[in-house]
Amino acid sequence: MSTVKLTVNGKAVSAEVEDRTLLVHLLRDHLNLTGTHVGCDTSQCGACVVHIDGRAVKSCTVLAGQAAGSNVTTIEGIAKGDELHPMQAAFRDNHGLQCGYCTPGMIMSAIDIVHRHSGNLDEATVRHELEGNICRCTGYHNIVKAVLDAAGRMKVAQAAE
Amino acid sequence: MYQTTYHRPSSVDEAASLFAKGSDAKYLAGGHTLIPVMKQRLASPSDVIDLCKIKELVGIEPTGDGIMIKAATTHSDVASSETVQKAIPALAYLASLIGDPAVRHRGTIGGSLANNDPAADYPAAVLACGATVKTNKRSISADDFFKGLFSTALEDGEIITAVSFPVQDKAGYAKFNHPASRFALTGVFVAKTPAGDVRAAATGASQNGVMRVPAIEAALKANWSAAALDNVNISADGLMNDIHGTSDYRANLVKVMAQRAVTAAS
Repeated sequence: MSTVKLTVNGKAVSAEVEDRTLLVHLLRDHLNLTGTHVGCDTSQCGACVVHIDGRAVKSCTVLAGQAAGSNVTTIEGIAKGDELHPMQAAFRDNHGLQCGYCTPGMIMSAIDIVHRHSGNLDEATVRHELEGNICRCTGYHNIVKAVLDAAGRMKVAQAAE
Repeated sequence: MYQTTYHRPSSVDEAASLFAKGSDAKYLAGGHTLIPVMKQRLASPSDVIDLCKIKELVGIEPTGDGIMIKAATTHSDVASSETVQKAIPALAYLASLIGDPAVRHRGTIGGSLANNDPAADYPAAVLACGATVKTNKRSISADDFFKGLFSTALEDGEIITAVSFPVQDKAGYAKFNHPASRFALTGVFVAKTPAGDVRAAATGASQNGVMRVPAIEAALKANWSAAALDNVNISADGLMNDIHGTSDYRANLVKVMAQRAVTAAS
């Protein structure tokens, strides 16, 4: 057992876990942040994507200990109170989810994509960049629309800040 | 996953001494091979020693005649590095093709080379560029480093610290992607040195892992063009033969990927 200390969604947290604990299980089972999903558990599907120090990673393939000292952001940490993150709002407005299982990972990957491309995205780039996130409902069309919509909103929001 | 003990050393020396103390220790880099293998219970190291937080193992530096990429540098940092894009753009491009964006945020060049997966991308670049693998004990030339399937010249406990790539006159990489795993069904890296020597290396093709392709090297040395490879015959002997492609199919892919790599080379 080890004590893992890290910052999750802006709050300092500490958990006593076995060294073999994966980050996704630290989040879900110890911190009750169940928005991050386990889909395939083999680093393929992307349902478990969270941000570690601002970078999208698959939390099913990271040991909790590896994230010690880091800033982790999950799907629960992106809205500002009752105001959805622009990516969440765009997914809702564009019907970017069907069953919703892949959605937290899609949204966390999509925010990372917009950040890395400074908001300058086209459809082909979004489709290519989402290759590590699988939607088993095959609802990609509206997911891509939502990401492009959000890229515009995030640019506007950034310009306003 | 079986029980293990996680360690986070802050220096290479500390990592090596932790390894020596463990009964069956493993080094952990980005973890995108080791952790899945541990989850499947195909590996059960007593200790995992995290190399990624060791500052001396992260970064990219220009050298007199090329670039040095330290071992725990991630694929995304190599892909987006201006130093790499300027010196050997094909290497930055290769890094941008590994896995998916989230995988590239974790996976490292040192981890990829130490694992030496027969379909990994980096071994092709290292072998074709005649790079040098530096460890905490010595320097190993690319020609001596790769020893077959998941096998390298690394001794027990030896740590890759950096890889030095000499600058190339021209270099290109082309990969036929496996659409599900995103490993190379076959990928070929071609490189021409400032002195005019040509080296070509294929990954994903041979049963023994990354290999040089003498027939392609000879044809390109005589005439650096995709057309020069039109009549080159690649033997299917010793090439992988599985549900994804026969050895004949892969032999043809070696040629076609080499042609695309030459066309893309800059």
